[in-house]
Order: sequence, then C-alpha cells, then structure tokens
Amino acid sequence: MTRPDRVHIRIRFRKAGKIRFVSHRDVARLFERALRKVRLPVAYSEGFSPRPKLSFGLALSVAHESDAEYLDVELISEPDIESLPAALSDALPDGLDVTAVMVLEPGTVSLQQAITSCMWRIEVLGAPPDTVSAAVADALSASELWLERVRKGKSSTVDVRPTILELSVGGPTDHGTQLIAELATESTSLRPSELVVVLGIAGLTEGRVRRTHQWTTVDGVRSEPVSPPNPSTGHEQELLRAS
Amino acid sequence: MSSVVSTVWPRLEPLLPRVQKPARYIGCEDGARSKPVDPSLVSWCFTYPDTYEVGLPNQGLQILYEIVNERPDARADRAYAPWTDLEELMRSQGIPLFSVEHHTPANEFDVLAFNVSAELTYTNLLNCVDLAGIPVRSADRAEQDALVMAGGHCTYNPEPLADFLDAIVLGDGEEVVGEITAVLARFKRPDGSRDGSRREILRALARIESVYIPSLYTVHYDGPVVASIDPIDDQIPPLIAKRTIADLAEWPYPKQQLAPLTEVVHDRLNVEVFRGCTRGCRFCQAGMITRPVRERPADQVRTMVADGLRRTGYDEVTLTSLSTADFSNVEDVVTDLMDDGEQAGCGPLSVSLPSLRVDAFGVGIAAQLQRAKRGGLTFAPEAGTWRMRRIINKLIREEDLYEAVDAAFSQGWKRVKLYFLIGLPSETDEDTLGIAELARNCVAIGKRHNNRAGVTASIGGFVPKPFTPFQWFGQNTSEELQRKINLLRDATNKTRGVQLKWHDPKASLVEGIASRGDRRLGPVLEQVWRNGGVFQEWSEHFDLRLWLDAMDDHGLRVEDYVYRHRTEHEVLPWDHLWAGLHKDFLWQDWQDALEEVGLEDCRWTPCYDCGACTGYGVEHVVASATPPAGGSQGTGQDLGTGAAVPVLLISKSDALVAASAPVESMVSR
Repeated sequence: MTRPDRVHIRIRFRKAGKIRFVSHRDVARLFERALRKVRLPVAYSEGFSPRPKLSFGLALSVAHESDAEYLDVELISEPDIESLPAALSDALPDGLDVTAVMVLEPGTVSLQQAITSCMWRIEVLGAPPDTVSAAVADALSASELWLERVRKGKSSTVDVRPTILELSVGGPTDHGTQLIAELATESTSLRPSELVVVLGIAGLTEGRVRRTHQWTTVDGVRSEPVSPPNPSTGHEQELLRAS
Repeated sequence: MSSVVSTVWPRLEPLLPRVQKPARYIGCEDGARSKPVDPSLVSWCFTYPDTYEVGLPNQGLQILYEIVNERPDARADRAYAPWTDLEELMRSQGIPLFSVEHHTPANEFDVLAFNVSAELTYTNLLNCVDLAGIPVRSADRAEQDALVMAGGHCTYNPEPLADFLDAIVLGDGEEVVGEITAVLARFKRPDGSRDGSRREILRALARIESVYIPSLYTVHYDGPVVASIDPIDDQIPPLIAKRTIADLAEWPYPKQQLAPLTEVVHDRLNVEVFRGCTRGCRFCQAGMITRPVRERPADQVRTMVADGLRRTGYDEVTLTSLSTADFSNVEDVVTDLMDDGEQAGCGPLSVSLPSLRVDAFGVGIAAQLQRAKRGGLTFAPEAGTWRMRRIINKLIREEDLYEAVDAAFSQGWKRVKLYFLIGLPSETDEDTLGIAELARNCVAIGKRHNNRAGVTASIGGFVPKPFTPFQWFGQNTSEELQRKINLLRDATNKTRGVQLKWHDPKASLVEGIASRGDRRLGPVLEQVWRNGGVFQEWSEHFDLRLWLDAMDDHGLRVEDYVYRHRTEHEVLPWDHLWAGLHKDFLWQDWQDALEEVGLEDCRWTPCYDCGACTGYGVEHVVASATPPAGGSQGTGQDLGTGAAVPVLLISKSDALVAASAPVESMVSR
C-alpha cells in the first residue's frame, strides 16, 4: 500500500466565512486545483483515470466553519514545507487558509481512524439563555439520551449520552447562546445538529457552528493531528468574525 | 436603476443553511471581478435564466462580463435563477433576485441582460425579471426600472419574448456590448440617475447595428401566418442584421475564465478555438447563424490554454467550437498543448475536443489527449441511413463510424455514445430503424474487444429552427416521435449492450412551439409562468399540460405553430431579422435536401454565396488551405480539389444501393 519512496504530508486548514457554504466534496476539488497551482509533486493513482492521492478526515457539514480541518497528500518527492502554508493559502479561495503542514512519519494512521472526538462551538437560536443552560444541565445529568435517527431510510433509536464528552454554555452571542461541546466520533458519533435536537427545547435551531479541534487519543493522551498554528495574534479573532 | 446600491447578503445569509447547494449563491469564484460599486458607472447584471451549475460556464456571458468590467465607464455582475427552494424563501421574505458578486438587487442595475440559449428557459426569464421586482411586460415598466435585454442563439427568433424584452442583440456581442454601454453612459448623470426617458434611450439603442427594440415594430397577422412586420416609423430600421466580429484574435476572452467553488457543468478550462461552421448540416442552427469560420491563431490558443491552466489549476481543457477536429493543423496544436502541460509539471493533463469527428483519426487523437481522465466518447452520426444523412448534409459513411468505434473499443473504451435525431424531413421507418442497426453493429464490433462493450444511442426529436434550410419543415407530432422511439426500443431491447436514451417528445413539442413562434405566444409564456411552469428544462418540473392549456386559452393551435409545413412565400416571424443568410439560399438548400443533394464545406471550396461573408465584407479566417486529414467528417471525399458546387450525389432511386456502395462512386461531379 505505502511506497517507501513516497512522502506523505498532513495539511491543517481553516474554513470560515462565505466559503462555509461549500460542500466537503467541493473543498476536495478546490484543494486538487490549489495543489496543481503551487505545483506540488502530488502522486497519482494508476489506471484508466488517474486521480491525485488525497485523503480527507471527517467531513464537515455544509455551513459549518472550522479551525481544524485536515488533509493528507501523497507526494512523489519532498516538498518545501516552510513556504507551503502561505503558498497554498494564496492558491485557495478566500476563507480557506492553510495554517500548518507537517511531513508524516511512515506508518501514521489515517485521519479517519485517528480522530476520536471533535470540539465544537455551537450557536443555538430561539430560546432564552436560562432555558438553554437548564437543558445543558439536564443533558449532562441524564444517564441516557435517546435520539431517533433516520439513515438510509431506516429509523433507529440510539443512546447518544456516551458521545457527549463535554458540554458547557460559552456565553451569549448576538442572536443566541453559544455552546461548547466535545463530541465523540468513534463507533457512535453525534453531530452538532443532533445535539441541538437532543437538548429537547421546542423551536431551538442551530446558528453559526464551528469545529475548533479534532482530537486523537493515543494511550489516553489527547492531541491534535497537526499542532495548531502560532498562538492567536488577534488575526484569528478577525477571521472568526468574518463572514 | 437607483443611485443607492444595496446588498441583500445580511438577509440572504441566514437562509442559506436551509437550501440545497448554497455554494451557488455566494459568488467568490476564481476570476470573479468585484469592481467597486460606483453609481456613475453603467452597470450590467448578466443573467443566465437557469441554475448556477448550468449558467456559470456560459462562455458568452463570461466574455461580456469581462469586456464590460474592463471599461472605465462600466461595471458588471452576474446573476442566476435561484432553485425553487431558495426562491420560495426569497419571495416569502421579500428578497429580490441578486447578483452573486455584491448581492446587489437586480433592479439596481442599468441593464438586466440575459443569455437565451434554450426555449425551455423562456419562462425562467420571466420569473427572473419578476423576482427582480421588475414588471414582466416591457410596456408596464417604470422609468427607473432596469432595461431588460437578451442575446444568444434563441434571440434569432426572439418574437415569443418580444413583450418582455426592452432590447435584443443579434450575433456576436463583443463589440455591441461596448456600443450599448456608450449610449447608456450618455443618458446617465454622475449620481447614477437617468437623464432621458426610457423611450428616448430605446430609440437611441435602435440606432446601433444589430440591436433590435421589439416595441418599435408592429406585427400583423393573417390567420396562422404573419402578414407583415413593420417599424413604427421611418426612423427605425426595417431589417436588423446580426453582428459579426471579423477577427477572433482581437478578442482573447475570457482572459480569466471563472473557476467556481462548486461543481458545474463543463467544469474545466474552455478555450474557443474558432467560431462558425460551414459543414452545412441542415438541421443545425448554430452552424448556420455563426458563419463565417473564424479561427483563433494557434499561438493564441496555446497562450490562452497555458495561462488558463496556470491560473485555475484545472487539469482539463476543452477546445471549444462547433467542430474542433476541423481546426487547422489540430494535431500539431494539441500535441503542443500536451507538451506544455507536461513541462508545467502539475500532473496529467486532458485535452478534449467536444465534437469528435466520426473516424479513427478522431479516436486516435482522443486517446492521446485524455491522459488525466478518460471521458466518454461521443459520435454524432445524427441519422441511421446514408439517404437520411445526405438529406441533412452530414456525410458520414457507415464504414467511418465502424472504424471509429473499432478504434475506440480497441483502445480501451468500454462504452461509446452515439447521437441521433429522429423526425427529420422525409424520414421513413427504415431510416429510423437504421439507428438501431448502426447501434447493434457497433456493439458487435465492441464485443470483439471486450465482452462488456456497450453503446448508448441518444435520440433527440428534431425541432426545426429559424435561419436553417429546415425552417420550412413541419415538425413531427409528439405522438409520431414517440412511435419512432417505441420502434427503436423494440428493435434494440433484445440486443445486450445497446442502451437507448431519448429526449422527451413532449419537451420537443414545447421547444417547437417557441422555436418558430410569433408574438402571439407572449401571453402563452406569461400564463405558463404564472401557473408555476418554471425550470421547464428539468424533467421533474416540465409540464406539457400547462403549455397546451395556455395555447387553448389564447386560441392558438399547436398544429399552426409546430406541425405545419411553411410555404415558400409566407412571411416568417423573424423575417425582419437577418442572420447573414440569404433567404433564397436557405430555400434552395431546403429544395436540395429534398432532392438529396449534398453541399460541400465552403471553407476549402469556392463560395456559394450564402450571404454570411459577402453580406458583411468578411471572409473565413482559416490557417490551413486544405481540409484536415480524413476528409470531410471522414467521408473520404476529396475536398482538396475545389470542385464545382453543389456536388450532386446520387439520385433518390439509387438510395438503397448507396448504403453499401463505396463512397467514391457516389460522388459525381
């Protein structure tokens, strides 16, 4: 599967602003174009229709933003890592910014397998802050939280309480209340939109949603697949507000 | 038009998580211009009356968008028809049609300009105008409303849309858009308001060559036929001629093709290598109305491709034209492009030619060119028998098709697609069934190489178009087209490997109503639209009943508009417009078709004075004086010698012999 002469890199990027309305699949296509624009020596699959060897982590829902998206790329030779974040950011549309790139050690597990949970900032709309706080407290004290899911036309009921690793109220937003949540992604997972439903408040809807971290857990130690960029210089705050 | 330019973005943004594919509404494409909103500039909103995915790649709009934005006195944005989910939300919250650059309400532009390329989008055009908050009928518009204009192939008969359009442009838009802008600038005050009445402005526009102001003409009828079309006074030209740019090299547009954030049709770099076609296929409106052939210099093609790939990061480029294999020295040009791509070192590059010639040469090029991904291979023999192909002047031998298909399957393709038309003039069931036979034979050839080899035969019902030799022909009824489809289905359903696809004959019927219709269809379009008939190009929305009811309600008969053969001397609804082709040339070509007489490609042979060059003092711009290798569409005809034209092929009585006879013996000079 892996060829020793190949170099694998992991790209960390941010998706924010208008571009949050672009789908996961379209982001993949935008990266394919950007990688060609910066002339990165991307490896291609063999066969009738060669494709660049890219592998994305967990999909991000349309309209959600993120500070911590990841993409692995297989290359046929070592790239100039230093200049790559800036070059790729320039080649990508506004709102997609590469914040860090690292060369992977051989044998690194894939993103899909590595991620165990995600941190989210979820704005909820349509209920007073007190009601939201009470619902959060109820959810945390519950031993079971049942959610009805329809996937592929089949309905099932799942206890999603174990997937809520952390949940707190982060404070008010312009139009609603912000929740901070860590949601598991292994075996049973929970989406931010589903969390809004299990809070059980009639009329509660999702506002702006942002993934702030994706975590891997190795031997009980939690870490990010690629270290985050340098501490915020205020620029990041600006990006958070940009739309 | 207003001096205050606003944006709907704050109201639109919260709606986007609730609709399908919201990326269609955010703009931000690579190549998008965001010229500062200065009210003193003449502002254009170029609009495609269908979804973003269909409309964004439209090259015509992209060309005009760039030309206008390059002008110091003007700016341009773009708009597309929102899908029904967003439209419903917009209407419920009072959000008007908006541009994707600044999310400016469409009625705040000076011009709302549509590209009209398909009859089934007409009701969408009305819907866009209404959604912009502009009265749909030109006569009801207020002084400050945007001017509603249109261009594109359908505007060669814009009469069904005459009630709704303030101004129409015929032909190449590159020059005209600037001339219109200059006139509008004269009528604009620095604060953006208009200095002059709507009527004055339209009269001024009417003086521009190729600009047609429908409200300045009156039409009289005699039963189903148009009796006369007259300008309202002698200041207004009785005949409006299309515009032709003489030299494509002067217009290297789009210089920055839009690369969208979300997938669209034709999602690749497109470089137009020539405009016009003189193959002379008699059913083909595009080939007739875009004459003469004007090639782009090969060096410019190479530069445009290299720059475009570097800028967009695409790995695929299509060399567009009506018949790209006919581009002078096409083999050398594409080989150079491939080499440039390899040297750029950004992965495998695919070059595709949208209209493959039906011969092994074409397949060989295709195999060589499509390194990054193998697209499908499509051939367009158009008709199932040699007799029929002579009538439509698409002179492809069966052997050429078989060689092409053999080459394709032997080079690894597992499926090829064949395009055919049914309902062509004088078509018999034998001709129709010839399609099934060709498809079966192609599958048999494929099986020699691959047991899973398949052929998709794609069947379209023929809709006669204005400014073609077939404009006098009465279209087949939808029942007749359906019967022919059934014949083909029965003839192919036992053959494994043949897949039959067809265009809905009911849709062909509606296209037929609009294609050659007159102004009396205005109320019909309006009623269909008011009753919810939008996105008629989309099968899930298409509703024939709406159209038939509207025709009935306005006392109009499908028979008169669609099925009736036109007569030689009747006034056609577009007789006050001129596509550069003499009407007597078209009539002669129609008679020749019925006599099964072919006509050569005048690019490489003497002129037969169709009017497209002589009427404009222009000539073909063709780099090579000889036809491409393989002859005319691979017919093996010797076109290099400049024979007397028209070429008489064989008489009707010999038709059956012809199908199997070597082609050389059929060409008598």
